[in-house]
Amino acid sequence: MLEIKCPYCGKRSQNEFSYGGDATVKRPMLGEEISTEDWDNFVYFRDNPRGKHTELWHHVSGCRQWFKASRDTATHEIFDTCKMNEAFNE
Amino acid sequence: MSNAYRTKNSTGLINKNKKINFSFNGHTYHGYEGDTLASALISNGIHLIGRSFKYHRPRGFLGVGVEEPNAMVQLHEGNKSEPNIIATEVELVEGLKAKSQNCWPSVQFDIGEVNNLLNRFFPAGFYYKTFMWPKSFWMKIYEPFIRKAAGMGVAPLQPDPDRYEHNYEHCDVLVVGSGPSGLASALAAAKNGARVILAEDKANFGGSLLTDEVTIGNMSGKEWANDTVAQLKSLPNVILKKRSQVFGYYDHNMTVMIERVSDHQENPSKYTPRQRLHYIRAGEVIVSTGSIERPISFGNNDRPGILLASAAKEYMTVYETLVGKKPIIFTNNDTAYSTALEFLKNDITPVILDTRNNSNGELVKEVKQKGVNIRFNSGIADTKGHLKIKSAVIGELDKDKENFTSLESIDCDCICMSGGWTPTVHLSSQAGNKLKFNEEIDAFVPDKKRQRESAVGAANGSFTLNQSLAEGFQVGFDLSNKFTDNNIETNTPNSKEPKYEKHERLWCMPLPQGKKPKRFIDFQNDVAVSDVELAIREGFRSIEHVKRYTTLGMAGDQGKTSNLNGLQYVSNIEKKIVPEVGHTTFRPPYTPVTIGAIVGREVGNHYLPTRKSPIHNWHEEKNAVFVAAGLWQRPRYYPKESENMNDAVNREAANVRKNVGICDVTTLGKIDIKGPDAPEFLNRVYTNAWLKLPVGKARYGVMLREDGMVFDDGTTSRLSENHFHMTTTTAQAANVLSHLEYYLQVVWPELDVNVLSTTEQWSGIAVAGPKSRELLSKLFPNIDLSNEGLPFMGLVDTNIDGIFARIYRISFSGELAYEVNVESNFGLHMWKRIMDEGKAFNIEPYGTEALSTLRIEMGHVAGAELDGRAVPFDVGLNGMVSKKKDFIGKRSLSKEAFSSEDRQTIVGLVPLDKRTKIPEGSHIVENDKVASPVPKLGHVSSSCWSVEYNNPFSIAIIKDGKNKIGKNLFAVSPLKDISIPVEVVSSHYVDPDGERVRS
Repeated sequence: MLEIKCPYCGKRSQNEFSYGGDATVKRPMLGEEISTEDWDNFVYFRDNPRGKHTELWHHVSGCRQWFKASRDTATHEIFDTCKMNEAFNE
Repeated sequence: MSNAYRTKNSTGLINKNKKINFSFNGHTYHGYEGDTLASALISNGIHLIGRSFKYHRPRGFLGVGVEEPNAMVQLHEGNKSEPNIIATEVELVEGLKAKSQNCWPSVQFDIGEVNNLLNRFFPAGFYYKTFMWPKSFWMKIYEPFIRKAAGMGVAPLQPDPDRYEHNYEHCDVLVVGSGPSGLASALAAAKNGARVILAEDKANFGGSLLTDEVTIGNMSGKEWANDTVAQLKSLPNVILKKRSQVFGYYDHNMTVMIERVSDHQENPSKYTPRQRLHYIRAGEVIVSTGSIERPISFGNNDRPGILLASAAKEYMTVYETLVGKKPIIFTNNDTAYSTALEFLKNDITPVILDTRNNSNGELVKEVKQKGVNIRFNSGIADTKGHLKIKSAVIGELDKDKENFTSLESIDCDCICMSGGWTPTVHLSSQAGNKLKFNEEIDAFVPDKKRQRESAVGAANGSFTLNQSLAEGFQVGFDLSNKFTDNNIETNTPNSKEPKYEKHERLWCMPLPQGKKPKRFIDFQNDVAVSDVELAIREGFRSIEHVKRYTTLGMAGDQGKTSNLNGLQYVSNIEKKIVPEVGHTTFRPPYTPVTIGAIVGREVGNHYLPTRKSPIHNWHEEKNAVFVAAGLWQRPRYYPKESENMNDAVNREAANVRKNVGICDVTTLGKIDIKGPDAPEFLNRVYTNAWLKLPVGKARYGVMLREDGMVFDDGTTSRLSENHFHMTTTTAQAANVLSHLEYYLQVVWPELDVNVLSTTEQWSGIAVAGPKSRELLSKLFPNIDLSNEGLPFMGLVDTNIDGIFARIYRISFSGELAYEVNVESNFGLHMWKRIMDEGKAFNIEPYGTEALSTLRIEMGHVAGAELDGRAVPFDVGLNGMVSKKKDFIGKRSLSKEAFSSEDRQTIVGLVPLDKRTKIPEGSHIVENDKVASPVPKLGHVSSSCWSVEYNNPFSIAIIKDGKNKIGKNLFAVSPLKDISIPVEVVSSHYVDPDGERVRS
């Protein structure tokens, strides 16, 4: 079980959180003209990297804030977490 | 011959003043306080304990602790019965009942032993080769056979009556194992002020210090251990746990430990858990788990009475038990000589066979001085004795040690073997440590760590006491310094132990000429040298493949005694060195763990939390039958007297259509939405338009996922300019909230909107039926409930008995209906007021079944239709989709596939006989007479008995549904072997124009 540092609450066990996927994906703007290919890339396709991954977590059984984490998908090491409007300390 | 096998001196940990009676295979024996089931049986001369896994060979004890691969027994009886318990780990307790496993009719005479005679038909990979064909044999012949043959003990059929608990702990330093290095590191860390947990699997702290004759400072090893434990106990920052096995090392230094709390107690209190599972998040973990002795492979090396030399020694020194009176000691190293010395203390002179040409180690010299003849350059070729070892065929080895030069038979009643020592690296390996091979000790040791884990002492390959203590004190101090500023260092005491010479790199004896007795490597899985040879001959090269093909090192044992011997043998055949062969992965749990402990208190009603509405007790009093809706308990129907479910549901639903019904809808998800951008947010979240919804009005809304599938639906009302009240389905309430939070926090943080769940704050009561207006007008005489005063989708705030109430004119049943919301605390009061007032109108409560009937008849979609595969078009919600604005998932809807005529869309079904109810989940086919696979048109999502037309009605999702209306098809359920001819009709079966809700 991972130990995740919520940027609002501090270190908590993984069972308080839910995973939210790749944090670098940008939703297309509302009303934007977009090709089917680009839209499909947004909806369905994600990279599955081995190593460092910037991802979203939701402190769902806590403060209910979404935040970003930088995690190694192979070792589960979490390098840093930050609020949505912040950048990692790297 | 009761307790005939006890040592002369009582220097161990047995309390002879307390006799303990127990039974094994129906016979009664006694042992003493401090005994394990294993030591008590051996002291009674019993070695035969079970039958082996594959060949049903008679087996005895190999070890004395967790390393034991053979001695698994069935403990207790009835609902407390427990299979596959390692007898060496069971503390003796009055009245204990144990029996042998994997044998029938008895352990002495076991029919299954025929497998041993046929062993040439059961080589490695037997199952893979034999059960492949014919294919049709699998289900009826092979699988039942394998199921019967597999496994060892028998799981009880009744629920486990014992209580298990979970505990969560945090500490700075967790020390696993209380041998010299463990005690040293715990003491060093604790004295420096770190919060320490010390875990010991056995009933006594001390590890090897309890059996080895060593000196630390001016004390014996045992005295030093006791003294150190006393010091640790006196410190407030230390938790000492014995009978506690750390069996798993997971991510971010989460370890899991099983504590045997009351297994050893004669009459534990009712409230004492049997076992406790501790989740320990440790800052640092010190792995001081010691080492396990390696067996040696030789012909028939698995007979009862053949065991590890270290185990024989521990039985003598700790449990005051003699494993035999005519021992052979067979070794490739010095440590087994300490076992010889223990025998000598009991006036028993062992025969000693040493594969080496000579040794001048201190213990060897001492044994020599006592006049014992040591046969160097010798080994065991084979053994005899069916249920217990009787004799051994021994001989001298040739120069290359590849053959025996001469053989002779000597009598014995036990063989104590030693192939040197293997560090217990399981936890380090589980933690992700990349192990390296240490040539000096011919074993793997921890190397590159991935987590905050440090191995010390024998677990780190440091086999001398000096080294163990030095490492322990140093690492304990260094790691504790990460957590405290005290900088208090504890000095390492001087220590003295015998000097050992090096072991010989020889773990497998040659076969006696002309014979091929089995030489076992893995006792638990019945893997012999010949199986490993076969695997390699058949082309398995990777050690992971050899493991799976032969089952070497698998299952509960995890290769504790067998791993390295297996690797060594593979490397001998392959002419590679061991590090090139590599090692298999060590997996948790290190020792078997009772399922009950993993489950803990989360059983029965505690498996999940239960959510109850404030009106729950009323439903209970009215004889409601409940159904789980997520975590909620909802009334399903309210049977009266002799009514069955169908009767009750039809009565409840018909009463709503005719008079008025009342339904508890508190469980619906409710979300409060506030902020200047709230209308814009709803406009983006829902498929329909929200900007112009007037204050005081509700609107039905549909949400999609980005992939265009319908996510949820519900009504949302505008309470004031920037304040909305959203309702969701019961099932999706939590997901919808997370979804909204995601878009507000991650995607559109610029929107000034706040969302908050208010599900628990409001109690909702639906009042539905043609008489609902009249009823509520009586209850709320001050407000205008006429169609003009409160039209469909309107809402009004009011008061009753000083309570705030909000009345929505919304309907799920398709009838004229209202939903009264009050603060949760007043839910029951409101409910009762409506019931009282409603008597005059023949009001009756209705449950979720009648609720379903009403919505199915009307063709309203719910969870069964909105199953994550439906776009709005499929379920008749196309009218809800705005063409003007963009919203979540809209771009997906323009994909060709989502408007294809091939899509499965919603229809209604009526059986042609107007009698047969169509089971939900039935397939819809055009022709039920064609051979399978029958082309499937779709499936039945919801079924009910239409109270309006008094015949069955179903909703189905079928291919090109709109154009199938009027056609006759078949609803088939191969599972129930039925085929029902049906007519396709519109899904809006009752009141298709929706006149009633607006009446």
